[in-house]
Amino acid sequence: MMEASGIGIWGVPLAILAGAIRVSTPFIFVSLGETITERSGRINLGLEGTLVFGAMTAYAIAVLSGSPWLGVLAAMGTGAIFGLLHGWICKWPKVNDIAIGIAMMQFGLGLAFFLGKPFIQPAAPHLPSIPLGAWSNLPQVQAALNINVLFILGGLLAVFLWWAFKNTRIGLVLRVVGDSTDAAKAMGINPDRVRLLATGVGGSLAAVGGAYLSLFYPGSWNEGISSGQGLMAVALVIFARWNPIGCFLAALLFGGAGALGPALQSVGVTTGYYLFYAAPYVLTLVILIATSSPTRSLAGAPGALSLTK
Amino acid sequence: MTVEANTSAIAIVSERSSVIRPIFEWLARRAEPVVISFGAILIGLALFSLFILVIGKSPATLFQLMYTGGFGSWFSIQNSLSRAAPLLLTALCVALPARLGLVIIGGEGAVVLGGVAAAAAAAPFVGTLPALLLLALMAVVAMIIGGIWIGFAGFLRHYRGVNETISSLLLAYIAIALMNQLVEGPLRDPASLNKPSTAPLPAQDMLGKIPGMDVHWGLAIGVVACIVSWVLIEITSYGFAARIAGGNVRAAQIQGLPVGRLIVGFTAIAGSFAGLAGMIEVAAVQGSANASLAAGYGYTGILVAFLARHNPLAIIPVAILLGGIDASGGLIQRRMGLPDATVLVLQGTLFVVILFCETFYGRFKIFNPDLWKRRS
Repeated sequence: MMEASGIGIWGVPLAILAGAIRVSTPFIFVSLGETITERSGRINLGLEGTLVFGAMTAYAIAVLSGSPWLGVLAAMGTGAIFGLLHGWICKWPKVNDIAIGIAMMQFGLGLAFFLGKPFIQPAAPHLPSIPLGAWSNLPQVQAALNINVLFILGGLLAVFLWWAFKNTRIGLVLRVVGDSTDAAKAMGINPDRVRLLATGVGGSLAAVGGAYLSLFYPGSWNEGISSGQGLMAVALVIFARWNPIGCFLAALLFGGAGALGPALQSVGVTTGYYLFYAAPYVLTLVILIATSSPTRSLAGAPGALSLTK
Repeated sequence: MTVEANTSAIAIVSERSSVIRPIFEWLARRAEPVVISFGAILIGLALFSLFILVIGKSPATLFQLMYTGGFGSWFSIQNSLSRAAPLLLTALCVALPARLGLVIIGGEGAVVLGGVAAAAAAAPFVGTLPALLLLALMAVVAMIIGGIWIGFAGFLRHYRGVNETISSLLLAYIAIALMNQLVEGPLRDPASLNKPSTAPLPAQDMLGKIPGMDVHWGLAIGVVACIVSWVLIEITSYGFAARIAGGNVRAAQIQGLPVGRLIVGFTAIAGSFAGLAGMIEVAAVQGSANASLAAGYGYTGILVAFLARHNPLAIIPVAILLGGIDASGGLIQRRMGLPDATVLVLQGTLFVVILFCETFYGRFKIFNPDLWKRRS
């Protein structure tokens, strides 16, 4: 009630916008990472573990070094290691990439909780944000437009990846490998190596999403830091049809849906609070049902992806 | 050597081997999963020991404590068995669809909804129905709801082509949100202040302990469910049809097998087991439905099913083993000063290594009699 009283009912959309930006940032990075991996024809269901391990690493390094950006870099490093491990295991025959993802998730979560135990207490320096709302004298607007740097970087990265998939040699190689292993081999490309690297890059981006959680919002490290953002990435990428810009928008939408409940609660609407949390999942499921068909694979899906077969 | 001597020698050898060779062939084929699984567990334990050594603790002490905490005394055995009970059922929720080639990872959703449905179904009849009837009603309702929930993922898979891994995961999140909504809203017991819950079951209506043990009946129910599932998969013609469909859908369809009905039926049975796990959690442990239902049994069940290679009978020892590892967490924390996540690291390591070792199937000549050299 207090928050929205100054600007009346306008507080709701403003709170949703602010919430969407705050909540969506980890979604952006995780889904962009998953897009790169899936575009190469492989699925990494273990990003939840990578994300939480990234959150732990970033927080620990930020505590020890005093620099949040060093924390983000370290998280990227560990995320890449997790991704490369996943990629390396999956290149062996008869290994199921979906099952390995679940196993890697469990492994990453366990290791993060184990190594992160000493860092639950100390406080780490936060990542900076840019006060884009400084022109306004309303504190609500200022708070809502206090945009974090990673959100902006995520947006730029989405545009860059969208461009790079279409216009660069690396993008083309990635798409060829993702659409047909045989075609890639015929072109003299080693599909296993491309997928290994794509999974590594995907892991490092997922870890950035984790770093955002521990170093900006909510900005602390504990075992309940993630509410399934890493798992959701897989659904989000399908929702976005493997398009990086789509990922950015879908992440905002998911973030907005998550922010809807708390925003409405602040003006006194409390019915269906928990159902709003389910909104993104219902939306994804409905879209999946509407667009899938038993006779063809999803439009826009990489041909070699086990997920859509 | 003359031709006749040569052929008679072959006849003698083949006569002898006609008795012995099939035994060896049978043994070799049976030994492959056992040897590879145990090898994988050994590699996993070795890697985990290395990790423990690196952080400066003794793996030997750790394994000893793990044994003591999990299986060292009658008390700890009962503790392990209690923890294994829900895993038996949630593992079946993964293993049965897996035999049809489906990867269902959303058993957690069926667990929480099964629990809520059981509590909701019991509420109007508490005090009027005898305990046994009330529990039966709860179990049936939980199984129907769980069956519908996971069966829906199977339905979407076959009739809409929606990937069942993703849809079951989404359904799990939706189920948890539904549970929170119901438990905080219409089903909330006004007396539950800090932790919103449904009205608690009276003590006399709770699912009791197995006589002579401090373990609730959920364990026996889980074991029976595993045996029934094994019979269903390995003995009945439905199970045979399901295994054919899991091996090659096209071949099954050409043979005229009702693939759609098999998929929906098996996913529904799988979901009903997970729903039953939720009911047991409510009726034997919590006494009411609340957020504790989403304790991750559905996800640990995935691990159990994969370790058991989706064999319902193998699920029983694997679930008890994992229950034991889980039960020893507290002791390791107290005695060695290691975080309680130690057991999670061990579970994760074992899971990754065992799945990786799938790649070794069919690579060793010794397990494949077709490649054995024939003596002549």
